[in-house]
Amino acid sequence: MAPNTAQKPAEADAACERAGSPAIELDGLQRRYGERVALNALSLSLEAGQTLVVFGPNGAGKTTLLRLLATLLRPHAGSARVLGAELPARAHAVRGRIGLLAHEPLLYRELSPRENLLFHARLHGVQATRVQDMLERVGLSGRAEEPLRNLSRGMVQRVAIARAVLHDPELLLLDEPRANLDPAASELVEPLIGRDCGRTRVLSSHDPLGGLQEADVVLGLRGGRPVLLANVASVDPEQIRELYR
Amino acid sequence: MSTVSHEPVKAPAAVRGRAAPSMRATVAALLRKELLIELRTLESVPGMSLFAVTIFVVFHFALNQNSLAGNEAAGVLWVTLLLGAMLGVNRLFVADSDQGGFDAFMLAPVNRSALLLAKASALALYLLVLELVAVPAFALLLAGASLGHAFPTLLAVLALADAGVAVIGTLVAAIAVRTRARDLLGPLLALPLLIPVVIGSARASAPLFGAQGSSGRWLLMLALYDLVFGLISYAVFDFLLED
Repeated sequence: MAPNTAQKPAEADAACERAGSPAIELDGLQRRYGERVALNALSLSLEAGQTLVVFGPNGAGKTTLLRLLATLLRPHAGSARVLGAELPARAHAVRGRIGLLAHEPLLYRELSPRENLLFHARLHGVQATRVQDMLERVGLSGRAEEPLRNLSRGMVQRVAIARAVLHDPELLLLDEPRANLDPAASELVEPLIGRDCGRTRVLSSHDPLGGLQEADVVLGLRGGRPVLLANVASVDPEQIRELYR
Repeated sequence: MSTVSHEPVKAPAAVRGRAAPSMRATVAALLRKELLIELRTLESVPGMSLFAVTIFVVFHFALNQNSLAGNEAAGVLWVTLLLGAMLGVNRLFVADSDQGGFDAFMLAPVNRSALLLAKASALALYLLVLELVAVPAFALLLAGASLGHAFPTLLAVLALADAGVAVIGTLVAAIAVRTRARDLLGPLLALPLLIPVVIGSARASAPLFGAQGSSGRWLLMLALYDLVFGLISYAVFDFLLED
């Protein structure tokens, strides 16, 4: 008897998204803001578990790339496949599997760290017990009840990191994740967002040496165009510095 | 591309096997957050209430009358309530827009219409508080006769008008907050859309202040408006949140 290969469309999609395809596949990706092209002709592939580090001067398109991958922006040309789902058509299938740490913490200033995390836990169907665990892991269980506006920027960044990984996402999108963190705090959050966190990561950085230590694949952007895309082993820090000149 | 070996990470028990939250749970989470922020900041409701009372005081002196009746009374009441509501509409999405709440919501695996329902419910609660302050103030400053006999009908008019204002206000606020001129655009879009609500509410309340006619068909018109615009808002709200 021939195997039954006929699947319902939803099941087929789900099976496809589970299959061992690359975590991110971009082909000729373009994004404009009005007439200005913020990202253009970007093609790359990133395997699950790898880290892509994006370098580039201000306005190079790093944040735009992260927001496209997070499904918050729609591509204007080209194709993007994230965690096996075509964007923007199947964006709903990957929301909840992505953790975004943006420039803004995406937290409410009037709420405490615990209230903010409980709110996000409810939106992601995560049990409340996870909130206390995350507060302890970012070292903020002692300040968990204070309004966020009373905390330092570094503390807020730690809460934002807890928010980004609260739902155990498969893909982490990190926009300068160690901004505002002192060395101790940076070490504290390493298991959550660092190289050994076990997630596929895309992170933007301005630090050539630190960024290269995190990377498996390096992308250099300038004026929205990819000017460097290579395995980290073949990238020299001087090439990164050159991007900023 | 390099090949890197990563041990699969076991999901924590609190996350493992989680399902997307239900519509009810999402609305409850959003509404709870909304009310918590309003309780902490008191940015909307006190301003709306004080504004309405101030307008009644201004009318009291400007019209140089101790009591209004009929269509004038109903008109003053509803125009004031509507303008007070605009203050709440303008503030409805500000915290979400300024502090990244929109993005955080968009990243969650939830039904986006939950945001419409939660925000409209929050706005309806703000309007309820506004009316608890403004209607007695109106009775004291401008309504000559006691409103006690008209209470059931007035309650029905307020409930139907609040539903319309809450739904349209939420829809318009979601559009306006993404523009630079949000404080101006909100009322400019909302007021024309809410003219049927003002007409219906004022006509339905006028008999309570001594005017000729009955409230029944105007209540029906308000209910129909709420139903039609409620469905339209539900249908289009998802698209407003898209990039």
